[in-house]
Amino acid sequence: MTTLPRPAASAPRDYRFPRFERRKLSNGVGFIIAPVKKLPVVTVLAIIDAGGTSDPDGKEGLASLTADALREGTARRDGLELALELESLGTSVEAGADWDSTIVGMTVLSEHFGEAFALFGEVLTSPMFLTKDIDRLRSERLAERMQILSEPRGLADESFAKFIYAGGSRYSEPLAGGTESVSSISREDISEFYQRHYGPGATTIVLAGDVDTDEAEELLESTLGFWKGQHHPARKTVDERSRTNRAIALVAKADAAQAELRIGHVGVERKHPDYFGIVVMNAVLGGLFSSRINLNLREAHGYTYGASSHFDWRRNAGPFVISTAVQSEVTADAIRETLTEIDRMRSEEIPVDELTLATDYLDGVFPIRYETTAAIASALANMVIFELPDDYYDTYREKVRAVSSADVLAAACKHVDAEALQVVVVGDVAIIREAIESLGFGPVAPTLAPVVAALVTSGSAEE
Amino acid sequence: MRIPIEKFRLDNGLLVTLSEDRTAPIVAVNLWYHVGSANEKPGRTGFAHLFEHMLFQGSENVGANEHFELIQRAGGTLNGSTWLERTNYFETVPSNQLALALWLEADRMGALLPAMTQKKLDTQRDVVMNERRWSVDNQPYGTWWEKLPTLAFPESHPFHHSLIGSMEDLSEASLTDIEQFFATYYTPDNAVLSIAGDFEPVDARELVIRYFGSIPRGKGKPALPPMDLPPTFGNSPRLVVEDDVSLPRMYLAFRSAAFGSDEYYAASVCGAVLGMRRGSRLYRSLVRERQVAADVSAFTFDLSKGSDLLIVDVTARPETTPDQLEAEVGREIDALFSDGVTSREIQRAIALIQTDMITAMQSASERADRLSMFATYFEQPELVNEQAAKYGSVTVDRVNEFIRSRLGRENRAVLLYIPKANADADAGTNGNLIGAAAP
Repeated sequence: MTTLPRPAASAPRDYRFPRFERRKLSNGVGFIIAPVKKLPVVTVLAIIDAGGTSDPDGKEGLASLTADALREGTARRDGLELALELESLGTSVEAGADWDSTIVGMTVLSEHFGEAFALFGEVLTSPMFLTKDIDRLRSERLAERMQILSEPRGLADESFAKFIYAGGSRYSEPLAGGTESVSSISREDISEFYQRHYGPGATTIVLAGDVDTDEAEELLESTLGFWKGQHHPARKTVDERSRTNRAIALVAKADAAQAELRIGHVGVERKHPDYFGIVVMNAVLGGLFSSRINLNLREAHGYTYGASSHFDWRRNAGPFVISTAVQSEVTADAIRETLTEIDRMRSEEIPVDELTLATDYLDGVFPIRYETTAAIASALANMVIFELPDDYYDTYREKVRAVSSADVLAAACKHVDAEALQVVVVGDVAIIREAIESLGFGPVAPTLAPVVAALVTSGSAEE
Repeated sequence: MRIPIEKFRLDNGLLVTLSEDRTAPIVAVNLWYHVGSANEKPGRTGFAHLFEHMLFQGSENVGANEHFELIQRAGGTLNGSTWLERTNYFETVPSNQLALALWLEADRMGALLPAMTQKKLDTQRDVVMNERRWSVDNQPYGTWWEKLPTLAFPESHPFHHSLIGSMEDLSEASLTDIEQFFATYYTPDNAVLSIAGDFEPVDARELVIRYFGSIPRGKGKPALPPMDLPPTFGNSPRLVVEDDVSLPRMYLAFRSAAFGSDEYYAASVCGAVLGMRRGSRLYRSLVRERQVAADVSAFTFDLSKGSDLLIVDVTARPETTPDQLEAEVGREIDALFSDGVTSREIQRAIALIQTDMITAMQSASERADRLSMFATYFEQPELVNEQAAKYGSVTVDRVNEFIRSRLGRENRAVLLYIPKANADADAGTNGNLIGAAAP
C-alpha cells in the first residue's frame, strides 16, 4: 500500500512565452511572427478590426455572416473548389467574427504552408459574395438559430444577455444576430461591410510555428502586399446595462429535465486596471473546480454537474455570469447558495491558502496553455485585439503573483454588484415558479409563453 | 514524425510507457484502466462512469476533491473520462510536479477504499444524475448516445446499454458495488500508465516504481461475453423518436471493423470522404447543392473489440421533412455503394486526417493519451508512430472493398429524431425571445 508521504515539488524549470517579432508589410498589414519549431505545423491568423460591435443597427450578425461568406469563393475559384484545394493540402480556412474583430485562421503542415497561404490570401483579399451563396448561408444561419432556441444552454445565454443589457446595446443581441436581423441581411450589406471594414490598415497577420521569419515575410509580401483599401471603424454604445436593481426572468421550457441558471450582470472591459485582481477573485469564486460555488453546489449539495463563474472579456464591458444547471426542484436553493457565496466573497478577505490556490494555479498553468501553435497564435491575437503591451505574456505570471487577498476583496466589492444581480432561469416554470417567488430576491413577473418567449420583470411596482 | 517511446512492466502487471520531450517544462501523466461500460453487470448500468467520479472523492492520504485541489495548486490541469471500453484519468503539470501527479494516482489505485463513505456515494450519485439530466435528458438529441447503441448492438452485447446509465440503476448502486468494482478492475495489471513530456527517464522510472511498485496485482477480471458479430446487421434496424427538437436529425450507423484492424483505416477514411469538412460528399451534396441539410458529419466510435460503428449524422434544414432527409441521405449512400470513391477523395481525406493527427501531437496530454490507448487495447504503444503510415497506405481499392462489404442496405441502422408533432402548439409566436425588455 502506498503510505509514502506526499512528495514536495522540485525546482521549476524556466519558461518564457515564445519570442515573437513585429513587422509591417509595405501596404500597412501588421505582421507578428513567433517561430516555434517543435513539430512541422504552422498556424496563421488574420485579425481584422471588425467584429460584432461594428454591426449596423438592425443588421446584427452582419460581421459574422460576412466572415462566413469569405470562404464561399474568390475571384479565381468558387467555394467548393477552394475547400477542395485546401483540404487536399490537409487544411481548411476557418473564419468567424468575435465581438471586437474578425479572425480568419488556418493550421497546416509546414510543407504545405506556402501553397495554402496563397489560398488564404485569396480568401482575405478577393471574396466573391455570390447571391446564391449568401442566400444559402442566411438560411443555414436561421436554421442554427432554431437550434439555439430549442437548446436550454443557448437559450439561457441569449436570454441572459438580452436581460442584462439595455435594449439597443449591441451586446444585448446575439453576436451572430437575431432571427429578424439575420433575415434582413443582403448580399449588398455583406459586400459593403467588407469594403468598409476589411483592408490592409485594419489587418494583422499572426504566424506561429515551424516557419522562418524572413521567408514568411517574403511570402506574405508577395501574397498580400498588393492589397489596397481603407477601413472605417465604426464604434457605438454596446454595453449599457438594463437596470441597476435586482430582477429575475423566467423562460419557460415545458418538461425541462433541469433548470438552466444564469446569475450576474454587466461586467467590466478587458483593459480595466483591476484585471488581475478580478481574474484571481473569479478563480476563487467560480473559476476553478475547487472554487467556492462549485464545491458548494456540486460537492456539498449535489445540485448540479457543475457550476462556474466567468467574466467575458471584451473591449467593452462583457457579462459577468455564474452558470449552472440544477435539478428543477432545487432551483431556488441553488440561487440562495450562490448568493451566500457572493456575499461571503464580498464580506471578508480570503485566507492565504485560498489565495495561493488561485495564484499558484494561474502562475503554474501558464506554460501548459501555450503548447500548440494555435494557442500561441491565439494569445498573440488577443494582444492585438486588446492592445496589450508586448511584454504582457512575459510579465503575466508576476502580475498574478502580486495579487493579494485585499485586492481580491476589493475586486469582489467593486465588480460583483450584489444589489444589481440579474437572474435568468430556463426551465419548467410549473415546478420552479413558486420557490423562486418565495426567494425574496426580487419581483417575478407574470407568466411566460413556452419555449422562446420569456417573462421579464423589473424592480418597478407592478408586482 | 515519430515520438520516442520506452515501455516496461512492473512486477504487479502495471504497463508503463514513457515519451520524453523537453521543449516545454511540462509533463502529462495518463492512466487508462481497461474497464468501461461494457464491463457492467445488468441492472448496474452507468456504474463505470459513477465510479470515475468516486475516484476524485479521496483515498487514504488524500481528502475528497483534494486531488483536484493539489493538481490545480501545482499549476496543472486534470480530469477523467469514461468510455465503453476504458476509463482514463489524466493530469498535465509543470515538470517539477511529476512526483505529485504520480503519488496522487498511486494513492487512489492502491488505497481508495479506506476513504469511501455512503455520504460521498450519495452526493456523487446526485451529481451524476444531474450530469445525465444536463448532457442527455435536457439536450436536444441528447439521448442519441444511448439509443443508437441500443439499436446497433444485440441486447446481450456489452455495447448495447447506456454508458451514463439509467436513473433506476444509478439509484441502486451501493457501497458494496463500489468495493467490488474497485477490487476487480482498478488494479495495476488492468491499467496502463503513460508519461509524456519533460522528465528524465531514469528518474521517472524510479518514481513509478516507488509509488506503484507495492500495489498488489488484482485477482483477475471476469471475461466479457463474446463480442464478435456478423459483418453486417443483416437488416435495417430503425427507430423514430419524437422529441423536443426544432429540426429533424438522422443518425445512420453501419456495423464496421474494429478499431486498429486494417479494415478500420479504410472505414475511417471512408467516414472522412463522407462527412469530414466542407469538401466531403455529404456536405457538398446535401448542404451546398441540394440544401436539404443544415449540417453533416461522419465518424467512427473507435471500439476495439468485436465490432465498431461508422456513424453519419445529418441535421435537416427547416423546410426538409424527415422522410426527405432519410431519402436524400439514403440516395447518397446508395451512390457511394454503386460507384465507389475516387482517388482524389481518398487523398483529401488522408491529408486531413494526417494533419489533425500531427497537430494534436503537439500536446503532451494527447501524446500520453494515445500511448495509453494503444498500450491498453493492443499492448503496443509503438502503434502511435505507425498511424500516419497506416492511413497513408489506404487505397481506393481498400475503401471500395469496405464500402461493398459494409455500406449496403442490409447494414444501415437509422435513428431519426423528429420534432414533437404538437410541440408547444400554444407557444404563440416563435422566435420572439424575451419580447419585451423590462419596462
